[in-house]
Amino acid sequence: MAEYLLIESRDPFESNDVGYYFELARGLIEAGNQVTILLIQNAVFAARPSAHAPQLRFLVGSGIRILADDFSLSERGISKLLDGVQKASIEIVVDHLEAGHKTLWH
Amino acid sequence: MSQKTFAIALMDAPYESENLTTAFRILDAMARRGHNINVFAYEGASGLAFTKQAPHPNPVHGKNVAEENHPTTKDQVTALLALAGNNGGKVDWVNCGMCVDERGVGEFVEGTRRGSPADFHSFCEASDNVLVIPTK
Amino acid sequence: MAKKTLNIIESAYRAVMEEQDDTILWLLAAMQGAGAEHTVVLRGNAVNYAVAGQGAPGLTIGGWKQTQTPRMDNDVIDLITTRKIPVFVIEEDLAVRGIERSELVPEVELFSAKMLPKRMAEYDLVSHW
Repeated sequence: MAEYLLIESRDPFESNDVGYYFELARGLIEAGNQVTILLIQNAVFAARPSAHAPQLRFLVGSGIRILADDFSLSERGISKLLDGVQKASIEIVVDHLEAGHKTLWH
Repeated sequence: MSQKTFAIALMDAPYESENLTTAFRILDAMARRGHNINVFAYEGASGLAFTKQAPHPNPVHGKNVAEENHPTTKDQVTALLALAGNNGGKVDWVNCGMCVDERGVGEFVEGTRRGSPADFHSFCEASDNVLVIPTK
Repeated sequence: MAKKTLNIIESAYRAVMEEQDDTILWLLAAMQGAGAEHTVVLRGNAVNYAVAGQGAPGLTIGGWKQTQTPRMDNDVIDLITTRKIPVFVIEEDLAVRGIERSELVPEVELFSAKMLPKRMAEYDLVSHW
Protein backbone atom coordinates (compact mmCIF):
# COMPACT_ATOMS: atom_id res chain seq x y z
CA MET A 1 0.00 0.00 0.00
CA ALA A 2 1.05 3.60 -0.45
CA GLU A 3 1.64 6.64 1.69
CA TYR A 4 -0.01 9.97 1.06
CA LEU A 5 0.49 13.50 2.27
CA LEU A 6 -2.65 15.57 1.93
CA ILE A 7 -1.95 19.26 2.39
CA GLU A 8 -5.08 21.18 3.37
CA SER A 9 -4.87 24.94 3.01
CA ARG A 10 -8.58 25.73 3.41
CA ASP A 11 -10.52 26.13 6.60
CA PRO A 12 -14.01 24.72 7.21
CA PHE A 13 -15.38 28.14 8.19
CA GLU A 14 -14.87 29.67 4.77
CA SER A 15 -14.90 26.58 2.58
CA ASN A 16 -17.54 23.94 2.31
CA ASP A 17 -15.11 21.67 0.54
CA VAL A 18 -12.85 20.67 3.40
CA GLY A 19 -15.17 17.75 4.16
CA TYR A 20 -14.46 16.21 0.77
CA TYR A 21 -10.73 16.24 1.43
CA PHE A 22 -11.07 14.73 4.88
CA GLU A 23 -13.37 12.07 3.43
CA LEU A 24 -10.75 11.33 0.81
CA ALA A 25 -8.20 10.90 3.60
CA ARG A 26 -10.55 8.48 5.35
CA GLY A 27 -11.10 6.55 2.15
CA LEU A 28 -7.37 6.26 1.58
CA ILE A 29 -6.73 4.95 5.06
CA GLU A 30 -9.62 2.52 4.85
CA ALA A 31 -8.07 1.24 1.64
CA GLY A 32 -4.98 0.33 3.64
CA ASN A 33 -2.76 3.32 2.89
CA GLN A 34 -0.91 5.51 5.36
CA VAL A 35 -2.14 9.07 5.35
CA THR A 36 -0.85 12.30 6.82
CA ILE A 37 -2.87 15.50 6.69
CA LEU A 38 -0.92 18.73 7.02
CA LEU A 39 -3.03 21.75 7.89
CA ILE A 40 -1.45 24.92 6.60
CA GLN A 41 -2.43 28.58 6.24
CA ASN A 42 -6.01 29.22 7.29
CA ALA A 43 -6.69 25.49 7.68
CA VAL A 44 -5.04 25.72 11.10
CA PHE A 45 -8.04 27.71 12.35
CA ALA A 46 -9.76 24.36 12.75
CA ALA A 47 -6.99 23.07 15.00
CA ARG A 48 -7.84 25.10 18.12
CA PRO A 49 -9.29 22.85 20.82
CA SER A 50 -12.17 25.31 21.11
CA ALA A 51 -12.92 25.48 17.37
CA HIS A 52 -16.24 24.20 16.08
CA ALA A 53 -14.67 21.86 13.56
CA PRO A 54 -16.47 18.53 13.75
CA GLN A 55 -15.03 17.26 10.46
CA LEU A 56 -11.50 17.55 11.83
CA ARG A 57 -12.46 16.12 15.22
CA PHE A 58 -13.99 13.14 13.45
CA LEU A 59 -10.62 12.34 11.91
CA VAL A 60 -8.81 12.14 15.23
CA GLY A 61 -8.24 8.53 16.15
CA SER A 62 -8.90 7.31 12.62
CA GLY A 63 -5.28 6.38 12.03
CA ILE A 64 -4.61 9.51 9.99
CA ARG A 65 -1.66 11.50 11.24
CA ILE A 66 -2.86 15.08 11.60
CA LEU A 67 -0.27 17.84 11.60
CA ALA A 68 -0.47 21.63 11.70
CA ASP A 69 2.19 23.88 10.19
CA ASP A 70 4.14 25.69 12.90
CA PHE A 71 4.56 28.87 10.85
CA SER A 72 0.81 29.11 10.12
CA LEU A 73 0.02 28.51 13.81
CA SER A 74 2.49 31.12 14.97
CA GLU A 75 1.25 33.66 12.42
CA ARG A 76 -2.26 33.25 13.83
CA GLY A 77 -1.30 33.11 17.51
CA ILE A 78 -2.52 29.56 17.96
CA SER A 79 -0.53 27.87 20.69
CA LYS A 80 -2.84 25.12 21.90
CA LEU A 81 -3.94 22.36 19.58
CA LEU A 82 -6.82 19.95 19.54
CA ASP A 83 -5.77 16.60 21.02
CA GLY A 84 -4.65 14.43 18.18
CA VAL A 85 -3.17 17.28 16.15
CA GLN A 86 0.59 17.85 16.30
CA LYS A 87 2.67 20.82 15.31
CA ALA A 88 5.09 20.23 12.42
CA SER A 89 7.56 22.23 10.39
CA ILE A 90 7.39 22.69 6.63
CA GLU A 91 10.25 20.20 6.37
CA ILE A 92 7.63 17.48 6.66
CA VAL A 93 6.53 18.25 3.10
CA VAL A 94 10.02 17.64 1.78
CA ASP A 95 10.29 14.49 3.92
CA HIS A 96 7.23 13.05 2.23
CA LEU A 97 8.30 14.11 -1.26
CA GLU A 98 11.74 12.59 -0.68
CA ALA A 99 10.11 9.34 0.35
CA GLY A 100 8.12 9.27 -2.88
CA HIS A 101 4.74 9.70 -1.23
CA LYS A 102 1.93 11.04 -3.37
CA THR A 103 1.49 14.60 -2.18
CA LEU A 104 -1.65 16.56 -2.91
CA TRP A 105 -2.64 20.14 -2.13
CA HIS A 106 -6.18 21.30 -1.54
CA MET B 1 19.27 11.42 2.07
CA SER B 2 20.58 11.32 -1.47
CA GLN B 3 19.91 14.16 -3.88
CA LYS B 4 16.44 14.12 -5.36
CA THR B 5 14.80 16.04 -8.16
CA PHE B 6 11.40 17.57 -7.59
CA ALA B 7 8.93 19.22 -9.95
CA ILE B 8 6.69 21.95 -8.58
CA ALA B 9 3.91 23.74 -10.42
CA LEU B 10 2.98 27.18 -9.13
CA MET B 11 0.00 29.22 -10.30
CA ASP B 12 -0.58 32.13 -7.97
CA ALA B 13 0.40 35.66 -8.86
CA PRO B 14 2.62 37.57 -6.44
CA TYR B 15 0.94 39.33 -3.54
CA GLU B 16 -2.44 37.63 -3.96
CA SER B 17 -2.31 34.40 -2.00
CA GLU B 18 -0.66 32.85 1.01
CA ASN B 19 0.00 29.83 -1.21
CA LEU B 20 3.16 31.50 -2.43
CA THR B 21 4.51 32.13 1.05
CA THR B 22 4.13 28.42 1.72
CA ALA B 23 5.49 27.50 -1.69
CA PHE B 24 8.66 29.51 -1.15
CA ARG B 25 9.08 27.96 2.28
CA ILE B 26 8.89 24.49 0.72
CA LEU B 27 11.28 25.48 -2.07
CA ASP B 28 13.68 26.92 0.50
CA ALA B 29 13.59 23.67 2.48
CA MET B 30 14.27 21.68 -0.69
CA ALA B 31 17.15 23.93 -1.66
CA ARG B 32 18.71 23.71 1.82
CA ARG B 33 18.77 19.96 1.47
CA GLY B 34 20.60 20.26 -1.84
CA HIS B 35 17.86 18.87 -4.04
CA ASN B 36 17.32 19.76 -7.67
CA ILE B 37 14.14 21.72 -8.16
CA ASN B 38 12.21 22.12 -11.39
CA VAL B 39 9.67 24.90 -11.12
CA PHE B 40 6.94 25.42 -13.69
CA ALA B 41 5.61 28.92 -13.07
CA TYR B 42 2.20 28.91 -14.69
CA GLU B 43 -0.43 31.61 -15.03
CA GLY B 44 0.01 34.32 -12.38
CA ALA B 45 3.15 32.67 -11.10
CA SER B 46 4.84 33.54 -14.39
CA GLY B 47 5.26 36.99 -12.87
CA LEU B 48 7.14 35.84 -9.80
CA ALA B 49 10.53 36.37 -11.41
CA PHE B 50 9.65 39.61 -13.23
CA THR B 51 12.62 41.93 -12.88
CA LYS B 52 10.61 45.14 -12.89
CA GLN B 53 9.05 44.53 -9.49
CA ALA B 54 10.03 47.38 -7.20
CA PRO B 55 9.83 47.67 -3.42
CA HIS B 56 7.94 50.65 -2.02
CA PRO B 57 7.72 52.66 1.19
CA ASN B 58 4.95 52.25 3.73
CA PRO B 59 3.32 55.61 4.39
CA VAL B 60 0.71 54.10 6.70
CA HIS B 61 3.47 52.92 9.02
CA GLY B 62 5.78 55.83 8.23
CA LYS B 63 8.54 53.76 6.71
CA ASN B 64 10.66 54.69 3.74
CA VAL B 65 11.69 52.20 1.11
CA ALA B 66 14.77 51.07 2.96
CA GLU B 67 13.01 50.80 6.30
CA GLU B 68 10.07 48.90 4.91
CA ASN B 69 12.33 46.53 3.01
CA HIS B 70 9.29 45.28 1.15
CA PRO B 71 9.66 41.75 -0.20
CA THR B 72 9.70 41.20 -3.92
CA THR B 73 9.24 37.71 -5.26
CA LYS B 74 11.95 38.30 -7.84
CA ASP B 75 14.45 38.62 -4.99
CA GLN B 76 13.10 35.46 -3.40
CA VAL B 77 13.56 33.61 -6.68
CA THR B 78 17.11 34.94 -7.01
CA ALA B 79 17.88 33.91 -3.45
CA LEU B 80 16.43 30.47 -4.04
CA LEU B 81 18.65 29.91 -7.05
CA ALA B 82 21.70 30.96 -5.06
CA LEU B 83 20.77 28.80 -2.07
CA ALA B 84 20.31 25.73 -4.22
CA GLY B 85 23.63 26.33 -5.93
CA ASN B 86 25.42 26.74 -2.61
CA ASN B 87 24.03 23.41 -1.46
CA GLY B 88 24.85 21.41 -4.55
CA GLY B 89 21.43 21.53 -6.16
CA LYS B 90 20.11 23.15 -9.31
CA VAL B 91 16.94 25.08 -9.94
CA ASP B 92 15.41 25.04 -13.39
CA TRP B 93 12.75 27.76 -13.13
CA VAL B 94 10.53 27.91 -16.18
CA ASN B 95 8.09 30.75 -16.76
CA CYS B 96 5.27 29.59 -19.01
CA GLY B 97 5.80 31.61 -22.19
CA MET B 98 2.20 32.38 -23.11
CA CYS B 99 1.43 33.32 -19.53
CA VAL B 100 4.40 35.68 -19.59
CA ASP B 101 3.26 37.21 -22.88
CA GLU B 102 -0.32 37.91 -21.87
CA ARG B 103 0.85 39.50 -18.63
CA GLY B 104 3.69 41.47 -20.21
CA VAL B 105 6.21 40.13 -17.71
CA GLY B 106 8.78 38.99 -20.20
CA GLU B 107 11.81 40.22 -18.31
CA PHE B 108 12.74 37.75 -15.67
CA VAL B 109 15.63 37.18 -13.34
CA GLU B 110 18.77 35.59 -14.64
CA GLY B 111 18.76 31.90 -14.12
CA THR B 112 15.07 31.53 -14.97
CA ARG B 113 13.85 30.89 -18.48
CA ARG B 114 10.87 30.95 -20.77
CA GLY B 115 9.19 27.64 -21.42
CA SER B 116 6.01 25.77 -22.16
CA PRO B 117 3.82 22.87 -20.98
CA ALA B 118 6.30 20.53 -22.66
CA ASP B 119 8.77 21.60 -19.97
CA PHE B 120 6.35 20.67 -17.20
CA HIS B 121 5.88 17.31 -18.87
CA SER B 122 9.66 16.83 -19.01
CA PHE B 123 9.93 17.91 -15.38
CA CYS B 124 7.32 15.38 -14.29
CA GLU B 125 9.07 12.63 -16.19
CA ALA B 126 12.52 13.51 -14.86
CA SER B 127 11.56 14.17 -11.25
CA ASP B 128 11.40 11.83 -8.29
CA ASN B 129 8.22 13.50 -7.16
CA VAL B 130 5.82 16.24 -8.19
CA LEU B 131 3.84 18.79 -6.21
CA VAL B 132 1.15 20.92 -7.83
CA ILE B 133 0.14 23.99 -5.82
CA PRO B 134 -3.12 25.03 -7.46
CA THR B 135 -4.74 28.42 -7.33
CA LYS B 136 -8.31 29.01 -6.33
CA MET C 1 6.41 5.10 -21.29
CA ALA C 2 5.27 8.30 -19.62
CA LYS C 3 4.17 8.37 -16.00
CA LYS C 4 0.43 7.93 -15.65
CA THR C 5 -1.03 11.00 -13.97
CA LEU C 6 -4.47 11.37 -12.44
CA ASN C 7 -5.56 15.00 -12.40
CA ILE C 8 -8.37 15.84 -9.99
CA ILE C 9 -9.78 19.16 -11.17
CA GLU C 10 -12.19 21.19 -9.08
CA SER C 11 -11.41 24.77 -10.09
CA ALA C 12 -14.14 25.91 -12.45
CA TYR C 13 -14.82 28.95 -14.61
CA ARG C 14 -11.82 30.73 -13.16
CA ALA C 15 -10.33 32.95 -15.88
CA VAL C 16 -12.16 30.95 -18.56
CA MET C 17 -13.42 33.98 -20.46
CA GLU C 18 -10.08 35.82 -20.39
CA GLU C 19 -8.06 32.76 -21.29
CA GLN C 20 -10.70 31.38 -23.67
CA ASP C 21 -9.91 28.02 -22.15
CA ASP C 22 -9.86 26.35 -18.80
CA THR C 23 -6.15 26.70 -18.13
CA ILE C 24 -5.79 23.29 -16.53
CA LEU C 25 -7.59 21.38 -19.27
CA TRP C 26 -5.50 23.35 -21.75
CA LEU C 27 -2.26 22.56 -19.92
CA LEU C 28 -3.05 18.86 -19.82
CA ALA C 29 -3.94 18.83 -23.52
CA ALA C 30 -0.63 20.53 -24.31
CA MET C 31 1.30 18.11 -22.12
CA GLN C 32 -0.46 15.16 -23.72
CA GLY C 33 0.76 16.46 -27.05
CA ALA C 34 4.27 16.35 -25.63
CA GLY C 35 3.88 12.70 -24.66
CA ALA C 36 2.19 12.76 -21.27
CA GLU C 37 -0.39 10.22 -20.16
CA HIS C 38 -3.12 12.08 -18.34
CA THR C 39 -6.52 11.20 -16.95
CA VAL C 40 -8.94 13.81 -15.67
CA VAL C 41 -11.45 13.58 -12.85
CA LEU C 42 -13.84 16.52 -12.64
CA ARG C 43 -15.11 17.17 -9.15
CA GLY C 44 -16.70 20.03 -7.25
CA ASN C 45 -17.92 22.80 -9.50
CA ALA C 46 -15.77 21.51 -12.35
CA VAL C 47 -18.35 18.74 -12.94
CA ASN C 48 -20.31 21.44 -14.69
CA TYR C 49 -17.75 21.44 -17.50
CA ALA C 50 -19.40 18.26 -18.74
CA VAL C 51 -22.82 19.86 -19.13
CA ALA C 52 -23.77 19.93 -22.78
CA GLY C 53 -24.89 23.08 -24.50
CA GLN C 54 -23.10 25.60 -22.29
CA GLY C 55 -21.33 28.75 -23.33
CA ALA C 56 -21.73 32.45 -22.73
CA PRO C 57 -21.78 34.90 -25.61
CA GLY C 58 -18.46 36.66 -26.13
CA LEU C 59 -17.62 39.64 -24.00
CA THR C 60 -18.15 43.06 -25.39
CA ILE C 61 -16.38 45.91 -23.60
CA GLY C 62 -16.98 49.20 -25.38
CA GLY C 63 -15.79 48.68 -28.93
CA TRP C 64 -13.84 45.55 -28.07
CA LYS C 65 -15.54 42.30 -28.88
CA GLN C 66 -14.42 38.78 -28.06
CA THR C 67 -14.37 36.54 -31.11
CA GLN C 68 -13.26 33.17 -29.70
CA THR C 69 -15.68 32.31 -26.92
CA PRO C 70 -14.85 29.28 -24.84
CA ARG C 71 -17.10 26.24 -24.66
CA MET C 72 -16.14 23.94 -21.82
CA ASP C 73 -18.33 21.08 -23.00
CA ASN C 74 -16.58 21.10 -26.36
CA ASP C 75 -13.19 21.21 -24.64
CA VAL C 76 -14.12 18.17 -22.58
CA ILE C 77 -15.15 16.32 -25.73
CA ASP C 78 -11.90 17.38 -27.40
CA LEU C 79 -9.86 16.05 -24.49
CA ILE C 80 -11.53 12.68 -24.80
CA THR C 81 -11.87 12.19 -28.53
CA THR C 82 -8.87 14.09 -29.90
CA ARG C 83 -6.32 14.11 -27.09
CA LYS C 84 -7.25 10.65 -25.78
CA ILE C 85 -7.47 11.90 -22.21
CA PRO C 86 -10.21 10.01 -20.35
CA VAL C 87 -12.50 12.32 -18.40
CA PHE C 88 -14.43 11.09 -15.39
CA VAL C 89 -17.02 13.00 -13.40
CA ILE C 90 -17.82 12.52 -9.72
CA GLU C 91 -21.42 11.39 -9.34
CA GLU C 92 -22.07 12.89 -5.94
CA ASP C 93 -20.97 16.33 -7.08
CA LEU C 94 -23.40 16.15 -9.98
CA ALA C 95 -26.20 15.07 -7.67
CA VAL C 96 -25.81 17.88 -5.14
CA ARG C 97 -25.80 20.35 -8.02
CA GLY C 98 -28.96 18.82 -9.42
CA ILE C 99 -27.32 17.76 -12.67
CA GLU C 100 -28.69 14.66 -14.36
CA ARG C 101 -26.56 12.27 -16.41
CA SER C 102 -28.69 13.05 -19.43
CA GLU C 103 -27.51 16.67 -19.32
CA LEU C 104 -23.89 15.70 -19.80
CA VAL C 105 -21.90 15.16 -22.95
CA PRO C 106 -22.09 11.42 -23.55
CA GLU C 107 -18.33 10.97 -23.78
CA VAL C 108 -17.67 11.32 -20.06
CA GLU C 109 -17.82 8.47 -17.58
CA LEU C 110 -19.02 8.75 -14.02
CA PHE C 111 -17.80 7.26 -10.79
CA SER C 112 -18.44 7.71 -7.11
CA ALA C 113 -16.12 9.77 -4.91
CA LYS C 114 -15.79 6.61 -2.83
CA MET C 115 -13.82 5.09 -5.68
CA LEU C 116 -11.18 7.85 -5.70
CA PRO C 117 -8.75 6.10 -3.32
CA LYS C 118 -8.79 3.01 -5.49
CA ARG C 119 -8.33 5.06 -8.66
CA MET C 120 -5.48 7.05 -7.14
CA ALA C 121 -3.60 3.85 -6.47
CA GLU C 122 -3.58 3.08 -10.20
CA TYR C 123 -1.50 6.13 -11.12
CA ASP C 124 2.15 7.07 -10.75
CA LEU C 125 1.27 10.67 -9.94
CA VAL C 126 -1.85 12.36 -8.61
CA SER C 127 -2.26 16.12 -8.94
CA HIS C 128 -5.02 18.17 -7.43
CA TRP C 129 -5.98 21.33 -9.36
